[in-house]
Amino acid sequence: MASSIDDLKSAIKKALPELDMVIAWAAGPDPLSHTPLFITDEADVERIEWDPRCSQNLAGYLPGLRGKKVGIVVKGCDARSLVELLQEKLIDREDVTIFGLHCTGAVDARPVRKALGSTRGLESVAVDGGTARFTVAGEAKTLPLAEALQKKCFTCTGADAEVCDHFIGEHGQPPQVTETPTTTLEELEAMSMEERLHFWEDQMTRCIRCYACRSACPLCVCQDHCAAQSREPHWVDQTDHPREKLMFQAIHALHTAGRCTECGECERACPMGLPIMTLKQALNRSIQDLFDYRAGTDPDQAPPLFEFREEEKNIKEREW
Amino acid sequence: MLTARYIANDKLMPWLLSLTETRQVLAPVQAGGQTLFAPLDENSRLDLKGLADASAKAALLPRCETLFEFHYSKGEGVPSKTELEVRETLPDQDTFLFGARPCDAKGFTVFDRVYDAGTRRDIYYCTRRDKTLVAALACTEPADTCFCNRVGGGPGDTDGADMLFTPVDGGYVIESVTEKGEAFLAEQPLMEAEERKEEARKVREAVSEAMPGGDPLGGTEGEVLRLFDDKEFWGGVAAKCLSCGACSYLCPTCYCFNMTDEVNGDDGVRVRTWDNCMSFQFTLEGSGHNPRDGKAQRMRNRIGHKFSYYPELHDGNLACVGCGRCIVHCPVSMDVRAIVAQARDRALAKEEHAND
Ligand code: SF4
Ligand code: SF4
Ligand code: SF4
Ligand code: SF4
Ligand code: SF4
Repeated sequence: MASSIDDLKSAIKKALPELDMVIAWAAGPDPLSHTPLFITDEADVERIEWDPRCSQNLAGYLPGLRGKKVGIVVKGCDARSLVELLQEKLIDREDVTIFGLHCTGAVDARPVRKALGSTRGLESVAVDGGTARFTVAGEAKTLPLAEALQKKCFTCTGADAEVCDHFIGEHGQPPQVTETPTTTLEELEAMSMEERLHFWEDQMTRCIRCYACRSACPLCVCQDHCAAQSREPHWVDQTDHPREKLMFQAIHALHTAGRCTECGECERACPMGLPIMTLKQALNRSIQDLFDYRAGTDPDQAPPLFEFREEEKNIKEREW
Repeated sequence: MLTARYIANDKLMPWLLSLTETRQVLAPVQAGGQTLFAPLDENSRLDLKGLADASAKAALLPRCETLFEFHYSKGEGVPSKTELEVRETLPDQDTFLFGARPCDAKGFTVFDRVYDAGTRRDIYYCTRRDKTLVAALACTEPADTCFCNRVGGGPGDTDGADMLFTPVDGGYVIESVTEKGEAFLAEQPLMEAEERKEEARKVREAVSEAMPGGDPLGGTEGEVLRLFDDKEFWGGVAAKCLSCGACSYLCPTCYCFNMTDEVNGDDGVRVRTWDNCMSFQFTLEGSGHNPRDGKAQRMRNRIGHKFSYYPELHDGNLACVGCGRCIVHCPVSMDVRAIVAQARDRALAKEEHAND
């Protein structure tokens, strides 16, 4: 990836004078995590990093920077969030300069940190040939992708940023995985309704109600006026009951139905490691069946729940 | 320290389980890929390798605590009159908190200064504190994000703990710290270990020496405060923050709370739940005005509280114990160490500029 990072840096340097800022990634506070970098100064361009540690979906910052000329670096999944933001008119295409990349997969820091034991002296991370390779204090270590990558990477529909102004590097395929881990959705589908409820109650017991899942979602637009914390109306109470917390997850899932691009930020942000993207994946399947629609693919389409038709093609209301 | 005892690795779990007969034992156990403090039972998978993902603070300051229960009923004889019955709900469970790291235990001293402050005693907190024995576990493998040594602590410290477990060859040396810890250990069927105290001390010393160095982060109260009106600084620092609050909820020293009445028909509870200054509702006034209405002001509050306002009020003790959970679990990898260092540099540079 050495060449694409150089290309990325020079493309950004070239564009920077016309922009208020460019958002990319830089080395993070721990050797396994990179962190968003807001570049206003050419000197900062040298701090840019690009490898499978670049997890954060930077698209979520854009609605808050509306009115500014912003450059942004995106992977395949992040680009789909951009498409959704464009469709919903939360950002203006002419104000955004998109630097698109081909992604080989994004590592899931928590399990990798545990699998590697110590990350002290971790120098590089790469994904190729079906494995994740790490150099830790000069020593090479590998992990199977099923253990190293974020779950979203196993259902990736395109690792290239499709919508962009500058595509950097070579185009390619999503990570090729020989052994795909069983998804939580598959596990749930094999359960009875009662077992599913128990599964979620058990998961939600661990939820600390930080709402990082919501704050990290690039499509959560209410943010400071979220139903989760509203007392008037009083949708969820503040007690620690798992069902109250599940109620919030249901609200989040419904608010992103037909909009969620499965960027995985909600799940990645959750400090308790709860498999909450599953709820959105289940809804996305219904949306696909009912409306033949996949979020984040075409900037000129409108999300199905944004439109009103007297009769939907696949919902035969009058035939009931 | 007074008494020293020894327990072999294979005896640890059976001994902890024997304690569950008379009290609740909270310990770091694996749950869904995470390591969290939870009540121990025979099916628990104890994980003593590193720092638990969430702090142990819920042992003393639960995520949601019922302060009292209430019930409305129609007044006897006078139907238009509503009567209110209130029931006290004080915590009554004896607890043995095992495997708290020295930073976690030190976090409790941050609470003590606030919730157990002379005449201003919070009975809920104080009752829990009295009923809980804190058994700290000295660290042997600090993470990259650990910096207890830069905020007045250390991987083998005993502040806030009643006893300290130090891993040694084959097991643990247990030393009492407080009288409460001493009394507890005296009753336990554990081997005397006076002669292994030195071995334990050496283990702690070696870990302490191997910790990455760095400037102390204390003593910056004035610098942080001097930046109070520096919009540009806080705006820059907070630009990538999502204002989610995960950092505060995982922090062993954040103690802000919210109180609400949750009513269901004629019955209700008044609950105290965790709050955090990174969230919009914190200090949201009834009028709709919020003096901290942006993420820059919220970040300023979090850093200011930990490194300036709290130490100003409490003899220079910081409200950060260096566990680094806020760094590891921040979705955008914000680094509290870097923010404090930047604040100091900025304030000092400004001062020099003013003196020029
Ligand atoms: S989902 Fe696809 S595009 Fe996104 S990080 Fe994973 S591999 Fe890359
Ligand atoms: S709900 Fe989760 S996966 Fe869907 S867009 Fe939001 S953060 Fe991404
Ligand atoms: S991020 Fe996780 S712990 Fe926080 S509110 Fe969401 S589900 Fe709960
Ligand atoms: S966890 Fe990170 S993003 Fe969330 S409020 Fe804290 S600093 Fe901001
Ligand atoms: S501020 Fe961060 S490092 Fe300090 S005690 Fe809280 S979570 Fe730990």
